[in-house]
Amino acid sequence: MLQVRKNRLWKLALILLLSAGGVSLILFSLNSKLDLFYTPSEMLQADIKPGYRIKLGGMVKTGSIIRNGTKLNFLVTDFSKDVAVTFDGIPPDLFKEDSGVVILGYFLNNIFEAEEIFAKHDENYMPPELNIAEVKI
Amino acid sequence: MITAFIHKFSSPKSFVVLTAKLYPYFICIGLCLISLGWIWGLLFAPEDAVQGNSYRIIFLHVPSVIYAELIYFFMAVCALMHLVWRVKLAAYLIKSAAPIGAMITFIGLFSGSIWGIPTWGTWWQWDARITSTLILFIMYLGILTLHGSFSNLEKADRLMSILVVIGVINIPIIKKSVDWWSTLHQPASISVSSGSSIDPSMLYPLLISVIGLGFVLISLGILSSRSYIYTREKNKKWVSEYV
Repeated sequence: MLQVRKNRLWKLALILLLSAGGVSLILFSLNSKLDLFYTPSEMLQADIKPGYRIKLGGMVKTGSIIRNGTKLNFLVTDFSKDVAVTFDGIPPDLFKEDSGVVILGYFLNNIFEAEEIFAKHDENYMPPELNIAEVKI
Repeated sequence: MITAFIHKFSSPKSFVVLTAKLYPYFICIGLCLISLGWIWGLLFAPEDAVQGNSYRIIFLHVPSVIYAELIYFFMAVCALMHLVWRVKLAAYLIKSAAPIGAMITFIGLFSGSIWGIPTWGTWWQWDARITSTLILFIMYLGILTLHGSFSNLEKADRLMSILVVIGVINIPIIKKSVDWWSTLHQPASISVSSGSSIDPSMLYPLLISVIGLGFVLISLGILSSRSYIYTREKNKKWVSEYV
């Protein structure tokens, strides 16, 4: 390879390395601030000011959904800590037990008051008859 | 050896002659495969156990975002060729691929939003995956704007290439965003290490749609790069002879 091309290649590698380094520093310093939500354990540890709107994410605990008119109570878990959630409204269709959920709202007096509920779905796609078999296992 | 290879295939004239021959085949294969993939996926593939019929937008969403990233990667390789070997054709290809990349990234974001409404319950969240894809879309627009803001086209080509190379950092970030941070978007369904978590009855039409869209996008790229090459080389003898 010609010397002039080698020099250009080195310069380019340096540009790429420096900008990648810069971007990595930004991402490392932002770190968990780039997370969309707190897990229940993180939220209970994080000492969040009352009245501060946050997002909580986790799984809806098995058998914890209690419906009362349009009111909805359930537990969100990360399988080590649970948080009680209350919500007044219509959750998305995919909101159900043992399924991922992201909740926007306020944590007051050990109860999470939800303003909005978003359902997460997993990366598995399969026909209904196969899914029933999988769940039973 | 690399230099010899690059010089052999980097003449705009031989590119135009070669792609003119390939274009009819590519567009035919592309349209056939994408029709097959979509008809199979939309009408014959089973519905999903959790999402019902709403998952079917996967046959548009997944191929679009795959090419949103692949087209950028292609542009980065071209940028390297332009900056190190001063291949003019590489810069022409970046300039003509960027609008296609922007379009397909927009389709990816838009179809993802439509998919989000019935499943997530929201069409937009500032999670790492969605935000980094939006940044990719803005990168495409920025690359085109930067190129358009110089009257000296050689300078425009070079600065655009540098911007393309810097922006390639975003590609691995998009890919790994769902693993590095908590997001509303689910992790990858298909990976080299753990295979596919999509049932074969849905995976085959998806793969066919991906390949089909690839051929369609290459055909679009041939059309747009050909017209751009004519514009840039309009004073060259071969253009007036060939056209």
